[in-house]
Amino acid sequence: MTNKLVFENLKHRPVRTMIGIVVIGIQVTLILTLVGLREGTLSDQAARASGVGADVIVRPPSSSVITMSASMPVRIAGKIDEQPGVKLSTGVLQQGTDLFNYVTGVDLAQFDKLSGGFHFVAGGPFQGPDDVMVDEFYAKQNKLHVGDTVKLLNRPWHLSGIYQPGMLTRVVVPLATLQELTANTGKVSWVYVKLDDPRKTDQAVAQLRSVLKDYRIYSMEEFTSLFSPSNIPMLQGFIWVVIGLGVVVGFLAILLSMYTAVLERTREIGVLKALGASPAYILNILLREAALIAIAGAIFGILLSYGTRFVIHNVVPASLIQSIVPMWWPIAAAIAMAGALLGALGPGLKAARQDAIEALAYD
Amino acid sequence: MTNGQPIISIRGLRKTYHAGEVDVQALRGVDLDVQPGEFVSVVGPSGSGKSTLFHIVGGLTPPTSGTIHIAGRDLLGMSEAERTELRKTSVGFVFQKYNLLPTLTARDNIEIARDIAGKKGAHKNGPLDPEFLDMLKLLGIESRLDHKPRALSGGEQQRVAIARAIVNRPAILLADEPTGNLDTENSNAVLGLLRDLNRRAGQTILMITHNPEAAGYGDRIVHMRDGHIE
Repeated sequence: MTNKLVFENLKHRPVRTMIGIVVIGIQVTLILTLVGLREGTLSDQAARASGVGADVIVRPPSSSVITMSASMPVRIAGKIDEQPGVKLSTGVLQQGTDLFNYVTGVDLAQFDKLSGGFHFVAGGPFQGPDDVMVDEFYAKQNKLHVGDTVKLLNRPWHLSGIYQPGMLTRVVVPLATLQELTANTGKVSWVYVKLDDPRKTDQAVAQLRSVLKDYRIYSMEEFTSLFSPSNIPMLQGFIWVVIGLGVVVGFLAILLSMYTAVLERTREIGVLKALGASPAYILNILLREAALIAIAGAIFGILLSYGTRFVIHNVVPASLIQSIVPMWWPIAAAIAMAGALLGALGPGLKAARQDAIEALAYD
Repeated sequence: MTNGQPIISIRGLRKTYHAGEVDVQALRGVDLDVQPGEFVSVVGPSGSGKSTLFHIVGGLTPPTSGTIHIAGRDLLGMSEAERTELRKTSVGFVFQKYNLLPTLTARDNIEIARDIAGKKGAHKNGPLDPEFLDMLKLLGIESRLDHKPRALSGGEQQRVAIARAIVNRPAILLADEPTGNLDTENSNAVLGLLRDLNRRAGQTILMITHNPEAAGYGDRIVHMRDGHIE
């Protein structure tokens, strides 16, 4: 019976109920989209790193998984090539172009030997120092075609080819040009290493570590496993801040909704009290209303997160990747529920403590 | 009407309200006995203390002093929780403004009183037992149970309110101006129903009214003025 009353109360004010559901839904979507972006971006980066086809990566001393600084001399690659079991190696240089994108400078001949080469969907490899290649996502997002002029790093480039995504960054230029442009002549960000026998990766890593002391040397499997939120400074904190804001928004939305509901139903609360309803019974009704809004909002928010993924994938495919992370559905729903119940608690207690005679006299 | 231990026994009942810095003496020593099965009408002008008496007998507010026993239970020392329990088990209310829950059907308005009293699920095929269904026939609302209050006339709403008030078989039915919002025809019908309820089911009724004609439906009329019973 209580559930029926709760349901009928929510039905009685459909606009107010829908606003509550939408606000909670947005809160849930916010959390799921942010977490989805984190997971999607990290897994995409890991996939593109492993897509190079290297067995080992050598990174500068004191570097972290997201460090892009060019602090390694390119001649290190020569030293690496001398080690037993190493088939070949190639250094690359990465430089940020905007908040979400990087350009990679490669020695294309050497890189093609290591990776097997890019798979082009239009055009081909760069022929001159001012040529640039981009992946399909970047071309789609920026509406680029082979032969176009691309402005990057404050200078024009000639687009020579568009390749399938899944390797390196979304924009690739000649290594020497990028080194010169960024005052990093003779330097690279890291070195990819191909082994004669990938089954002997552990021995090769041990050998390289003994020779290149202080350098960060990982098997690619180990390296890609580092693309996790815990290895990205501030990311976890940022996500918790957004979750906190979401809880506050959900809390305020339900607080306002329930507060107006309690005011509007003052007389009804008096009637329930006259019938012998205890404060707990009345509080229970309002908490159930908030819980129902939170559940509906959570479902709406989960569905909405598919919408944000669709929009992101079609509007900024090169910049952002959003995954659907079902593991976070119950977490986001629980966060929404907590905010909603907290929001309903104040108005609920006000209703529970309402004087029956005053409530019955309310018009 | 039966004679013996009164179901309502009130002696020297006083109630003082604090309105800001002013104390308002709403009841100034009321003495009243109501026997089980009696239908008592309380009449008096506005401000005479009728409503305060109604609220105290119904356990909606505590008295300031005096003694008051309802079905053998002393209300003076009762906590809020105990008064809630009293309303749940021993008292049924009928109000002037019907006070049905607008979001529920007539049936659910009756059912929720049972739910609050902890009697939910007692009947598999519905909340209402055969004896109570007979009562609904008496009230003339058995065909209107699936309508919401907005689809019911004032008279029908008040009859649903009466059904809600008696569904838990309370010791006392308290009616506060039950015909105050009704036309003459519906007033007579509702008052007739209350009298039938009293006569046929032995329901003790304490009714507050301004209307001398309505008061005449009771077995006894009690006059109140300035917080006293005359």
